[in-house]
Amino acid sequence: MKKIQILGSGCAKCNQLTELTEVAAKELGILYNLEKVTDYAKIVSFGVMSTPALVVDGRVRLSGKLVSVEELKKLLQ
Amino acid sequence: MNAKGTESTCCSRLWQTIAAAAALTAVWLILYSNLLTLSKWLTYDLLSISEGSHFGSAVEFFIFEVPKVLMLLVAVVFAVGIIRSFFTPERTRKLLSGKKEAVGNVLAALLGTVTPFCSCSAVPLFIGFVTAGVPLGVTFSFLVSAPMVNEVALVLLFGLFGWKVALLYFTTGLLIAIISGWVIGRMKLERHVEEWVYQAIAGEAEITSLSWPERVAQGTAAVRDIVGKVWPYVAAGIAVGAGIHGYVPENFMASIMGKGAWWSVPLAVAIGVPMYSNAAGIIPVVQALLAKGAALGTVLAFMMSVIALSLPEIVILRKVLKPRLIATFVGVVATGILLVGYLFNMLL
Repeated sequence: MKKIQILGSGCAKCNQLTELTEVAAKELGILYNLEKVTDYAKIVSFGVMSTPALVVDGRVRLSGKLVSVEELKKLLQ
Repeated sequence: MNAKGTESTCCSRLWQTIAAAAALTAVWLILYSNLLTLSKWLTYDLLSISEGSHFGSAVEFFIFEVPKVLMLLVAVVFAVGIIRSFFTPERTRKLLSGKKEAVGNVLAALLGTVTPFCSCSAVPLFIGFVTAGVPLGVTFSFLVSAPMVNEVALVLLFGLFGWKVALLYFTTGLLIAIISGWVIGRMKLERHVEEWVYQAIAGEAEITSLSWPERVAQGTAAVRDIVGKVWPYVAAGIAVGAGIHGYVPENFMASIMGKGAWWSVPLAVAIGVPMYSNAAGIIPVVQALLAKGAALGTVLAFMMSVIALSLPEIVILRKVLKPRLIATFVGVVATGILLVGYLFNMLL
């Protein structure tokens, strides 16, 4: 079970990243648990300063930008 | 087919990229240098609008300015996108933490111009800076310069007013960021930051280095993202500008926004702060106002207050700043903008 966290407090790009990540995870057919982190203190604890960010199993894989579903698949594996 | 096409080494790909870049640059230059002729031909020959009419001058202005500004935007946003790939917020924070105030303010304002920044991440960035030991005033220098001195504003100013105005904007924008950050630092307002900010434990994200193809990809992504977002504003703004150009009488704005009216600068700032627009939407309108006799200082002050101080950003910053610090921040920056407005009206 992959633990996927999307960091960001409700900006348009954060929602887009969430959608794209879900598409990527489903296409990979992995079991995952997706959580949206909107609390600033918690976002900062990951060392992230630009949102949206993608955290997979506790590791920051993407910060401050959106990438394609293909790119996301690589980051999720 | 060409026999050389079988060379499938690294170098043939590199040469292909360089050749493509050279070809694109050449096409860009030829198009750009012939835009005026092209727009005249389109307006007067193809659309056969009579030369010298109000409608004709408005249409010609629109057909010339829109592609010109968009072409400039594409070129500059791409270049800046590549430069930005060298300056992540993480690296900027590292450069700024532990810096002394005066030097720190200058460095922060400069880095603010090249570090990728979106006002939606102002809060995590603020916390990240402050908890890493970047002084409060230095953090503010960054927060003022990052939205105000940006490539879209500079390209539009250059395209519509020329390099002198763009340079003036760049320099005074930096000065406002440096000085207002320094002033806020002197006022010792640390206790007006929400307490939880200092208790937050900021982690350190790993800094990854990018390859050149990745940097080029970031430049392209920046063009798609920024130009894709601002082009309707540019077109709409220039359309409004074109209307004003063709129809509003010369010197119409002189009585309202001219040099003679001392109250024009504070009024421009008072209208500008609550307004929220990006540089792309506001500058073409500003240009039209200027053409009709508004004073440059007043117009610059208006533009700076629209871009640098915006209501949504203030609302977001309220999460980390107590009301007094917010009020000080807005007050100090607005004062800086006022001074710039008066200065230009006096000098020019």
